[in-house]
Amino acid sequence: MSKNAVNGHGPAAAHDSHGSHGHDLPFWQKYIFSQDHKIIGMQYGLTALLFLLFGFGLVMLMRWQFAYPGQPVPFIGGLFSDDTMPGGVMLPEFFYQLGAMHGTIMVFLGIVPLAVGAFGNYVVPLQIGAPDMAFPKLNMMSYWLYFIGGCVMLASFFIPGGTAQSGWTSYPPLSVIAGQGQTFWLIGMAFLINSSLLGSVNFIVTIIQLRADGMTFNRLPFFVWAQFVTAFLLLLAFPPLMGAAVLQLMDRLAHTSFFMPSGLVVNDQVVAGSGGGNPVLWQHLFWFLAHPEVYVLILPAMGIVGEIIACNTRKTLYGYKALVDSVIFIGFMSFIVWAHHMFLTGMGTKMSAFFQVTTMIISIPSVIILTALVLSLWGGSIRFNTPMLFAVAFLPMFGIGGLTGLPLGLNASDIHLHDTNYVIGHFHYVVAPGTIFALFAGIYHWFPKMTGRKMSEVLGKIHFTFSLIFMNGVFMPMFIQGMAGVLRRMYDPTQYAHAVPTQPLSVFSSVSAWCLGLAQIPFIFNFFYSIFFGKKVEENPWHATTLEWTAPTPPPHGNFAVAPQVYRGPYEYSTPNHKNDFWPQSMRETN
Amino acid sequence: MESLIKHISKPHPVTGVTNAKLGTWCFLASEIMLFGALFSSYVLLRVGAGTAWPRGSDILNVPLATLNTLVLITSSVTMVMACASLALKNLGKYRLYMGATILLAFVFLVVKSFEYGHKFEHHHFPSTSTFYAIYFTLTGLHGLHVIGGIVVNTYLLFPGSALWKKDPDQFMGRVEAAGLYWHFVDLVWIFLFPVLYLL
Amino acid sequence: MQKYGWGLPIDISANGWQIDQLIIIIHVFMAILFVGWFCFFAYTLIRFRQRSGHKASHHVGHFKLPAYLEVGVALFEVVLLLGFSFPIWSQQKVVKPDEKDAVRVRVVAQQFAWNVHYPGVDGKFGKTDPALMSSSNPLGLDRTDPSALDDISITNQLHVPTGRNVIVYLSSKDVIHSFTIPVMRVKQDAIPGHAGELWFQAKDAGDFEIACAQLCGLGHYRMRGFFISESPEKFEAWLKAQAPKPPAVPKVAAQAAPAAPATPAPVPSGAAHV
Repeated sequence: MSKNAVNGHGPAAAHDSHGSHGHDLPFWQKYIFSQDHKIIGMQYGLTALLFLLFGFGLVMLMRWQFAYPGQPVPFIGGLFSDDTMPGGVMLPEFFYQLGAMHGTIMVFLGIVPLAVGAFGNYVVPLQIGAPDMAFPKLNMMSYWLYFIGGCVMLASFFIPGGTAQSGWTSYPPLSVIAGQGQTFWLIGMAFLINSSLLGSVNFIVTIIQLRADGMTFNRLPFFVWAQFVTAFLLLLAFPPLMGAAVLQLMDRLAHTSFFMPSGLVVNDQVVAGSGGGNPVLWQHLFWFLAHPEVYVLILPAMGIVGEIIACNTRKTLYGYKALVDSVIFIGFMSFIVWAHHMFLTGMGTKMSAFFQVTTMIISIPSVIILTALVLSLWGGSIRFNTPMLFAVAFLPMFGIGGLTGLPLGLNASDIHLHDTNYVIGHFHYVVAPGTIFALFAGIYHWFPKMTGRKMSEVLGKIHFTFSLIFMNGVFMPMFIQGMAGVLRRMYDPTQYAHAVPTQPLSVFSSVSAWCLGLAQIPFIFNFFYSIFFGKKVEENPWHATTLEWTAPTPPPHGNFAVAPQVYRGPYEYSTPNHKNDFWPQSMRETN
Repeated sequence: MESLIKHISKPHPVTGVTNAKLGTWCFLASEIMLFGALFSSYVLLRVGAGTAWPRGSDILNVPLATLNTLVLITSSVTMVMACASLALKNLGKYRLYMGATILLAFVFLVVKSFEYGHKFEHHHFPSTSTFYAIYFTLTGLHGLHVIGGIVVNTYLLFPGSALWKKDPDQFMGRVEAAGLYWHFVDLVWIFLFPVLYLL
Repeated sequence: MQKYGWGLPIDISANGWQIDQLIIIIHVFMAILFVGWFCFFAYTLIRFRQRSGHKASHHVGHFKLPAYLEVGVALFEVVLLLGFSFPIWSQQKVVKPDEKDAVRVRVVAQQFAWNVHYPGVDGKFGKTDPALMSSSNPLGLDRTDPSALDDISITNQLHVPTGRNVIVYLSSKDVIHSFTIPVMRVKQDAIPGHAGELWFQAKDAGDFEIACAQLCGLGHYRMRGFFISESPEKFEAWLKAQAPKPPAVPKVAAQAAPAAPATPAPVPSGAAHV
């Protein structure tokens, strides 16, 4: 039915628009205040990668204190001011600032903007055959709000008293009585929340309204499904944090008592204020966001891994429908598991029973997704290029992260493991060797589409091998420490006798973290080198089937010369009696 | 370029809505979560306070708030009339009703600022009690939404209406989206009024 | 006696073995699942690697085993919930031992210390008032209250007798702390404005640690208390020695920390200013 409609637009129309808008725009409009989803995607990507590096730098600094508490930091210790590291020895103030900002930056300024802002923006419109996002101007605003939010967060390092130091969770009353850095944190978060609000509205409308003719929901690539559900999580889970941030700002600036109970005594001084508030209220509002946020971190990663596995096994995904259903189910369930972060706040028995049951239930679709992705390998012809290596490594790493969630999700075993390094190990396995590996896979996979050049395979494999080794080196010891009862967020863990025996593991973790830092050098070099000198490739170097590979490389403003028509599902690989082992979604011929 | 993006002025054949309308609904869903979270906070704080929680009608100005409720409801009606006038291709009447909507929004804010001023005179600040804290926060946030509505509506009344000549469908879509938002702002107040002033 | 090492800390509580058992069962299950899964995964990667003469099959295949495995995992989770987590939680956090026979003690957390309050011989906790709180009276005890006269106020030391239930009434003066005694397998947040409770029973004597598990400020890492479980006779003797001599005067010695059972690392220079 729609074939004629497509022809109505015609190649000429698309080409004209490309000609008149793609090249004639002045530099600042084309690359700075761009409304092209691909440029915005790359802006997001570069900014987020810088923040990831910065956030990683913060923790590499912290790891010195974990490993050698109270000793001066070698080489760079002298570069810091006396407010932070007098004589190169890190002060607790600075340590807790690094901790709070490492969490905030990695989650809100690094991974989510890279997974959703960059890959979502760049790939989703291409994969559904759309010329752009539904609201290009909003898309641009979304990026710039993110940018401003990031700048506010960075600026807070330089104010007197330093940045936020109450952890990325900012639990009141501690965060309310903290210094001005916390105000910056809250304002920065407000920008980031509004940025993600605009972004999520844009994704939902784009995916619902702008799919190419023939691109039914059953033919959507798995990545688009993952982004679609993610957008709903961002849309609906972030506003309560916005509300919470407003309340905490009121507590800090207007001296209200939303989170401040009556009769607080800090440093033997009775705290002024009306009292009558409830500190646990913040935890509910915060985790109502922050648990879906975990799935915001992981779902796009699963989407990327699905795309890359299908392409590099030359085989369709196993159980596409089960995958999609599981992702949707996870989306719903993620809104009713939040209080498993709060088992030890003294919540009622029924409530804690409810939340551990929902937590066990949400583990089932995750198991299904992991199983389906592994079974997708069966019967394939697996091509081990760099993106595939990262995608395949994602599976066991996410598996470890998921399994170790089990003893934390059961409230009885959580009594011992809560707030120990076990928790740190658990969620880092999910987001660091999990999500970040998937994001690396995505970079290697889509880099040829963005630049027209491939990244070096040799450097990529070096990057992969050492990243895999050292990621495990950083996080595996944390499980052992957590078992031994070593608590998280310790400026000097050796203060506790129970933490002393496992202190060598802290040293091991730290050395691994620094080596992991070194292992990123080949990637950084590869990334910039390949932009200019990488091997030139044609528009579909991986012989993939999804629509982004049928667009010109790099795709012009407006994406497709002819609006594509979709004839089949997303992963039509190795079809018997077909001339190639891949059959693009928009290719007409029927044999 | 923009012309390549479909469903800007004409609805999608399957979903039956334009991009702008779907986007507005999504935005409103997010707003519901925001106010929902704040209302839940209100409930939790109030339950926690027990009998110490004052009755809104004892300390707040109910007649003024009732007046404000009527003002906002009327402005919702004029907003509907503005949309209807566009459907009848009557730009003049549209301007009249849109102007009335903006004016009523200003009346609401003026009345509200009298209420605030009165409270401040009696040294009732957000820090006075948790009741005043939530009262000022919720009404303040609602007030910001009203100001946002005024900005959008003023844009659509003056510079934005140039689009009427170029693409009447798209312009109508924008006015409808602004209308949806405005009704939402109205609806929030209709929840706020009994929760804060009466219960 | 090896107290702490690379595994779970020593457990000297009457009920902690249940938590340990659950943790061990889960980890054995995790290990079996992961190793089995990983073998399949590795085998698949090797068998279906790209090589000449090997082509991917278009046929998706249908696997029954994974579906059974998933049901198996789900059933195992049900067993964990009903067989272990619910009953253990109930014992640890719901079914409170009889207050009459138990040692009752208040613990009031503050930045960065644990204030311990014993009711004394009359078994009644004296009134406290935030306005009276000071460094010499960290609990804010109102010594004019008759039931406060024999109350014992001590900082960073929790003495308990072996073989008796101990009920801790937990609260906080300022921010959220989390009270944990690793060897007792107990942990509970101390939230200002909320009354928390926890209970345990020590079966062996020894010197151990109380730790703060929730980030509570710059001194969070050194909010260490001493947990001393001792024979009932020794405990009673200790209590008697601590009791304030009438007329009640605030204890001065209470602030002094006892000899540390383990030697902590030297406090870094920066910490002293916190």
